[in-house]
Amino acid sequence: MNKTVNQKAWFLVLPVLVLVAFSAIIPLMTVVNYSVQDTFGNNVFFWNGIRWFEDMLNSERMWNALGRQAVFSAIILAIEVPLGVFVALNMPKKGFWASFCLVVMSLPLLIPWNVVGTIWQIFGRVDIGLLGYTLDAIGINYNYTQGYFAAWTTVIVMDVWHWTSLVALLAYAGLQSIPDAYYQAAKIDQASRWAVFRYIELPKMMGVLMIAILLRFMDSFMIYTEPFVVTGGGPGNATTFLSIDLVKMALGQFDLGPAAAFSIMYFLVILAISWVFYTVMTNLDKRDVR
Amino acid sequence: MAKITLDNLAHSYLPKPESEDDFALKELNHDWQDGEAYALLGSSGCGKSTLLNIISGLLRPSHGRVLFDGQDVTDAPTAERNIAQVFQFPVVYDTMTVRANLAFPLKNRGMPADEIARRVQKVGAMIGMEAELDRKARGLTADAKQKISLGRGMVREDVNALLFDEPLTVIDPHMKWELRTQLKKLHHDFGHTMIYVTHDQTEALTFADKVVVMYDGRVVQIGTPQELFERPAHTFVGYFIGSPGMNVFDADIEGNAARINNVRVPLPAVYPFGSGHMQIGVRPEFVRLAEGGEGVPARVLRIEDVGRHKIVRLDAAGQEVNATLPEGAPVPAGADRIVFDPAGINVYENAWRIAPEGRREAA
Repeated sequence: MNKTVNQKAWFLVLPVLVLVAFSAIIPLMTVVNYSVQDTFGNNVFFWNGIRWFEDMLNSERMWNALGRQAVFSAIILAIEVPLGVFVALNMPKKGFWASFCLVVMSLPLLIPWNVVGTIWQIFGRVDIGLLGYTLDAIGINYNYTQGYFAAWTTVIVMDVWHWTSLVALLAYAGLQSIPDAYYQAAKIDQASRWAVFRYIELPKMMGVLMIAILLRFMDSFMIYTEPFVVTGGGPGNATTFLSIDLVKMALGQFDLGPAAAFSIMYFLVILAISWVFYTVMTNLDKRDVR
Repeated sequence: MAKITLDNLAHSYLPKPESEDDFALKELNHDWQDGEAYALLGSSGCGKSTLLNIISGLLRPSHGRVLFDGQDVTDAPTAERNIAQVFQFPVVYDTMTVRANLAFPLKNRGMPADEIARRVQKVGAMIGMEAELDRKARGLTADAKQKISLGRGMVREDVNALLFDEPLTVIDPHMKWELRTQLKKLHHDFGHTMIYVTHDQTEALTFADKVVVMYDGRVVQIGTPQELFERPAHTFVGYFIGSPGMNVFDADIEGNAARINNVRVPLPAVYPFGSGHMQIGVRPEFVRLAEGGEGVPARVLRIEDVGRHKIVRLDAAGQEVNATLPEGAPVPAGADRIVFDPAGINVYENAWRIAPEGRREAA
């Protein structure tokens, strides 16, 4: 095929470039700017090299936050993905109840983060919250403001409540795209329920499931509002995830330089992991096609 | 292998069917003889697939029973019926190799590994995919996938029946021939009862010993290809089978003659007086062209030469009529009449063929 060479076509990309520059690149550059400079006030800055980065890499606090963050994301994915798939498999395929389920499932997704946080903050309170009061009444020692385990459980259950629907809806969409003939053929072949899942449903869901995993990973890795509203990162530093720690550092202590270095590394970590996900996803698709 | 009996079978997708129109499949009694190859022919939406799914147990009929060798299996699930079915669109297990795909139905039945390997190899050769047995099924072309689906049906040698639901729709013409021949050979070698759903008359006529023609949820005729050609039981059969289909004229029947557009047309026998909507049907093969004289006036619209014969399209008082002339037969230059060979005329009352008076129908 003959392609026409016309360099003027680059102008078509220009609006996007300008837009992205103003919305992402330029603000990001101010962060880069902070990360390599220091100040003693009066808006006077001087070059600081990569000292902030070195500081951050040697900071136990950051490594701890990263560790907590990784554990949190891992638990979230380990619960939400299988649970979402399970829910999707058990949702009605058509009719009134299918629509009903879809609407009910979508509701948590429509609630703003801080509202979700507030809901669970109150729900879990021992004095007035239904959950906290009930647990306390039946003799379970539950107090998310003091117990390490209670705080983690609350934050995780809250995230599962908020976001499992997303995985379920995506998996459901994947399932809906499977023609009836597949199930009929499986019946004819006497495939077991497990075999139907393993060889028909799972392969057909794989694409959307990868997207679900990617979205849930990125989102949970950047989580801020909900744990901030519920536990404020406590008790102690128990639920201080990366974002919460970052905000504490940048706005609480006003350590803009280290915080900027921290944000850039945070950004790079997410970028790197997402890139790995993406590469794995696209290779899964291509692997068998010769 | 089994004889399949449909006993007062009918199916409606509605919970409370009231009139006959509510039935996707109208009441039907039929025996599918053990070891015969049947084609189920009809246009889309006439109930062919419904019938097939009832036989395989994917659908429970709302009325009547299904029996395999006299045993009631109406409520038996698909797995217990031991039936193989191939669908219109290829179903393959993407993540498995071709070999694993073919072995899947056998594996699920707990067959020993060496027996599976032997059969898979054999079927692999049959569908011409021996070289590709070890590659993943994902990314194969549609017709390769359909060959795998066919293979999964053929790999089970002990099935009660093999059902095909328009299996060759997605396959390219040259391969169609090849696979149809394979299926016939398979039928010949193993003697399975086969039911082959199609809307392609050539496919039906070349594949089957007996063709079952369905129209609007009803079986309108069961017969050999020749019977369907010579004595279509319903105007739909006449129209659907044959290329082009049968010409149907509104007519008044007067004993041994019919009257079309006030022209008298002699009939092969004496027909009883019918009170319904009377028609006669004449296949294009039995229509001749004439210049003047007796016959129904008609105007030649165009002539299509399709190689082995010529198709003449005519207009008889606003109705399109087709005539086929053998190769080499000239079209009379001033042709303005059509004459019917009495042997090729069938008489219909309300679209159903009626028998002539005083002569028993040959079954």
